[in-house]
Amino acid sequence: MQETPNLNYIKELSGDDKTFEQKFIQILKDEFPVEQRTYIDHIERDEPRMAGELVHKLKHKFNILSMSEAYEYAIQYEEELRAGGTKGDAGFRSILETIKNYLNTI
Amino acid sequence: MNCIIIDDEAAARAIVNQLCSKIPDLEVIEEFDNAIDAMKFLNQHLIDVVFLDIHMPGFSGVDFVQTLKNPPKIVMTTSDTEFAIASYEYEAIVDYLVKPITPERFEKCVEKVKNSLTQQPKVIEDETSSTETDEDLYINIDRRLIKLKLNEIMVIEAKGDYIDIKTEKEDYRVHTTLKKIKAKLPEKLFLQIHRSYIINFTKIIDIEDNSVLIEKNVIPISRSNRPELMRRLNLL
Repeated sequence: MQETPNLNYIKELSGDDKTFEQKFIQILKDEFPVEQRTYIDHIERDEPRMAGELVHKLKHKFNILSMSEAYEYAIQYEEELRAGGTKGDAGFRSILETIKNYLNTI
Repeated sequence: MNCIIIDDEAAARAIVNQLCSKIPDLEVIEEFDNAIDAMKFLNQHLIDVVFLDIHMPGFSGVDFVQTLKNPPKIVMTTSDTEFAIASYEYEAIVDYLVKPITPERFEKCVEKVKNSLTQQPKVIEDETSSTETDEDLYINIDRRLIKLKLNEIMVIEAKGDYIDIKTEKEDYRVHTTLKKIKAKLPEKLFLQIHRSYIINFTKIIDIEDNSVLIEKNVIPISRSNRPELMRRLNLL
């Protein structure tokens, strides 16, 4: 999946309010790595349902970063995790890495 | 108008807070990352509206609404439209917002809240009035909420993990169970006549042996449901 994150939605919300924009980016930078780490921990501990809770949170961030394809992927994967499956893990981690790299550039 | 925001995600709270800041007469009094702390706060403060995330670990938004005795106006926020349907079960809930929330949609929501705050309390309808048949049911299909008139529904059939809803205008397939939809239907109109079928009682054309005819649909009647059907018929 080669979808690129962007800040269009955040800029729409911010308007001219640069303070909010910076504050929000910082929230993403703080919150995202914690959620990513927690997700991976649950997968490694074979706790798919707990991992599903994190996917639920992370998919909201996909939306915020205008990643509609990633969001759709996360919806399917969340369902899979709730049913105990983890086949979508590799694809999901790839999305997380894309976002992680992107957040390092802003 | 004042409000509080409840969401376990800081990013989500920041978005709602920012949207509120654009509304001149809407003040955010407090933010909470869990519903329990918010409940304690509401016991001591008068709040007009709560922006409430449905999906929170431990004590969810729905748990929160169910627990409050005199709830303020509530706007549910969710990233899943399926949860939005549950929102309509509670009178305090005036709207739901699907994330990511756009400024336009948020403004409409605030208008809705303002209107509901100025509305007079509802007059309790006489039991014999026909308002029940005018009620609507929202179904979630492909992330769209579609409004159905209850009195236009003819037959509901279970199909594995789905149900087929046949209305006078169109047929719909919804990912839910017969049991769940039955709980939302008025008994006055609807009756389960078979393990896989609920019918709108008023749409029956005729009954023959072990089946009911509704429009062109022949619906089986199970032995166990037959007595209840017969009891409700106005037999000559």
